[in-house]
Amino acid sequence: MKNHTEKIRLRIFLTGVGGQGTLLASRVLGEAALEAGFSPLVSETHGMAQRGGIVVSTVVLGELKSPIISPGEADILLGFEALEAFRALNYCHLKSLVIANTAAMPPYPVAIGQAQYPAVARLMELLAEQVGGLLAFDAGDRARRAGSPLAVNMVLLGALAASASLPFSDEDLRRILRTRTNPKFLEANLLAFQSGADAAGVEKNWIKRPQSWH
Amino acid sequence: MSALLTGQPGERRLYLGNEAILRGALEAGVALVTTYPGTPASEIGDRAYAISRQTDLYFEYSINEKVALEVAAGAAASGWRSLCAMKHVGLNVAADALMTLAYVGVKAGMVIVSADDPSLFSSQNEQDNRYYAKMAGLPLLEPASPQEAKEMTRAAFALSEELKLPVLLRTTTRINHSRGAVTLRELASPAGPGFFTKEPFQKVMVPAVARLAHARLLEAQAQAAAQAEVSIFNKISGQGTWGIVSSGVSSSYVEDAVAELGLKDRVRVLKLGFTNPLPANLILKFLAPLERVLVVEELEPFLEEGLRAMAQAQGLTLAIQGKGPALFSRLYEYHPALVRQVAARYFGLPGKAPEPQDPEKVLGAPLPDRPPNLCPGCPHRATYYAVKIALKDLGLEGVFPTDIGCYTLGLLPPLSMADFLICMGSSINTAAGISRATNQKVVAFIGDSTFFHAGLPGLANAVHQNHDFLLVILDNGTTAMTGHQPHPGVTLTPPGYPCEHVPLKGVVKALGVQNLWVVNPFKYKETLAATKEALNTTGVRVLIAEAPCPLHVHRVQGRKSKARFRVTDKCQDCRHCLDYFGCPAMQVNQGPEGGRMLIDPDICSGCAFCVQWCEAIRPVKVGMTERP
Repeated sequence: MKNHTEKIRLRIFLTGVGGQGTLLASRVLGEAALEAGFSPLVSETHGMAQRGGIVVSTVVLGELKSPIISPGEADILLGFEALEAFRALNYCHLKSLVIANTAAMPPYPVAIGQAQYPAVARLMELLAEQVGGLLAFDAGDRARRAGSPLAVNMVLLGALAASASLPFSDEDLRRILRTRTNPKFLEANLLAFQSGADAAGVEKNWIKRPQSWH
Repeated sequence: MSALLTGQPGERRLYLGNEAILRGALEAGVALVTTYPGTPASEIGDRAYAISRQTDLYFEYSINEKVALEVAAGAAASGWRSLCAMKHVGLNVAADALMTLAYVGVKAGMVIVSADDPSLFSSQNEQDNRYYAKMAGLPLLEPASPQEAKEMTRAAFALSEELKLPVLLRTTTRINHSRGAVTLRELASPAGPGFFTKEPFQKVMVPAVARLAHARLLEAQAQAAAQAEVSIFNKISGQGTWGIVSSGVSSSYVEDAVAELGLKDRVRVLKLGFTNPLPANLILKFLAPLERVLVVEELEPFLEEGLRAMAQAQGLTLAIQGKGPALFSRLYEYHPALVRQVAARYFGLPGKAPEPQDPEKVLGAPLPDRPPNLCPGCPHRATYYAVKIALKDLGLEGVFPTDIGCYTLGLLPPLSMADFLICMGSSINTAAGISRATNQKVVAFIGDSTFFHAGLPGLANAVHQNHDFLLVILDNGTTAMTGHQPHPGVTLTPPGYPCEHVPLKGVVKALGVQNLWVVNPFKYKETLAATKEALNTTGVRVLIAEAPCPLHVHRVQGRKSKARFRVTDKCQDCRHCLDYFGCPAMQVNQGPEGGRMLIDPDICSGCAFCVQWCEAIRPVKVGMTERP
């Protein structure tokens, strides 16, 4: 168990809007990593920043001791909202895998007409040019269809698990969902998780395939 | 059962730093925990509250940090291991107690957690509380990870008992709010009933006693220094003629930097965890073979200055540097790549600097901001609206000293209801000073929890001095910003909360306030009328705007309003709602029909406030929906 954990260095950056469940997603990744024999570090945003603002969390695995991720050093970016995924571009490097929700949550200045929300297709196109791979789809819609509009986090986790970039399996993540999350939402969460995994299997959702896949 | 009470010794758990601290205290047999909630320390108290419902642990959300520290000090003096947790600025409130508690000392172990906040994620300043340990003469521990936070807390109780001094455990946000693998030890049972031994000539700090106590404190500091020399939390590793010294989370960044720069055989690293008093012999032994030393610590040059003083006394002339234009800043938190780059520069190595893309440059346009905002249905917004309209109707411009809580977000436009803020309770007293010095109309805002925390003396003073301002107490029945902790004035409490209710209105009256209005801010006309009356009166006036935080009601009672509201075609697009109210559910219709506002039914909380002042807004009938 110990050997395989030493060779890996993986930095996952999660960003979204307060209330989207980024903290639960990062905790689930951390718990799965712990069970897989890693000593993960998960860093969270709490307090004032959560009131409708941007919520960032990070999961760091392998032979790394720092709980946070520097700009330019995230290997995986999970963007829970289109604009926030793009805003976190400065945390990515040329080989980063980005999984982004294309559903937009207009920030207040946009809602009141003081700022423009950039076209999501354009954001995704530009993002794809700067990173190693981009999987982008409407995770909000998939969450709703799975029976829980709040399960965007589960959809993205499912997509991440199916992207084969984690050092543990989708079943490891499902086990954490079954044992460590609220049983009241488990059924919808598992459906949302599966829907996210399905999304990773839809070719057109891959705006850019990671090179190692070819 | 709380997850902090389960698990076998040797088992690994993923704990938040704050949970690790509490687990460490439970492994040390802590009997009493006190706190006043404050980010990033809040979860220590929240988990302790849950555990106190399930075990013999005594826990209280004290009214403020001074009270919390003194309750813990009394228990520790009586033989109970005690832990008191607060955010960094909380220790300012408790500083009076801290400085002289160091003279009095403790019987059972006492640990004070100070959670500092470099980068000010959720604070009004980024002061470095390690100086409190130095000023008070107390032992100081700085964990570098959740695992170390647990081990240090556990060890701190024994250290405290050995030295008969409280121990300061100083964390930063990245420790408090990071989860990491923590290996469990056996839980220990708290002591049974304590006993207070009467020793008035050691414990009553009148001058004659305190003179001797100060001398005792210096002796204890010498013992503490000897402990620091052999502490397992101070470690030297690596080899070479270069050195790096660090503490706290910076030690983690240093560890990664040394590995990634391949410096294991070229640099000696001194990782300090026991940082006051500094271990002079260990440090001098570390420095002796070195040519140059980099000190990596967030915020102030606490270690750097200590090291330089020691080197000077020993006649060592090697370079010891940390802060400087080409090195580290005294501002904000660090991150792994920063530490790696500064280390590379300092030692003349090629540094791998990542070149992150700037998303705004890539897009060729600024990205819209996403500022935090008061929630939809927040009673504070309704109160702010009524005060704004009352001032407008009366042709007045108000000056708004404010205070610390969710309502501080009233700073942002369109509310713009915050003009001056220093610290907890400052609204009332700065209002007194501003109104005394000017002819301006002063309206101060304070939340209910903050009022109990630090507002009571100020309000009594204002009455006594006959100051002239309106104080609005935004009473949402909880301490919302930090996660809905109770305070003496709450009525809606967490299940099983055992405490007496101290009614806010009665307290305000008892402090001598003659002009008092109590309103429900969601009743607009009533609130507007009361506010106008209050504005037209002189002297100290208090308006209590009483309506519970909707998030809290939802959490405790599971209740959520089902009502929704919509904008009808009567809307003239006057934008009054955006210019004066700014509910997150209100949007400009950017669709083809344009020309009127929209209410997003997914965001609308159904508070039914806007419908009271805008004729174009009407309830949504059952079965009808409107999507933007």
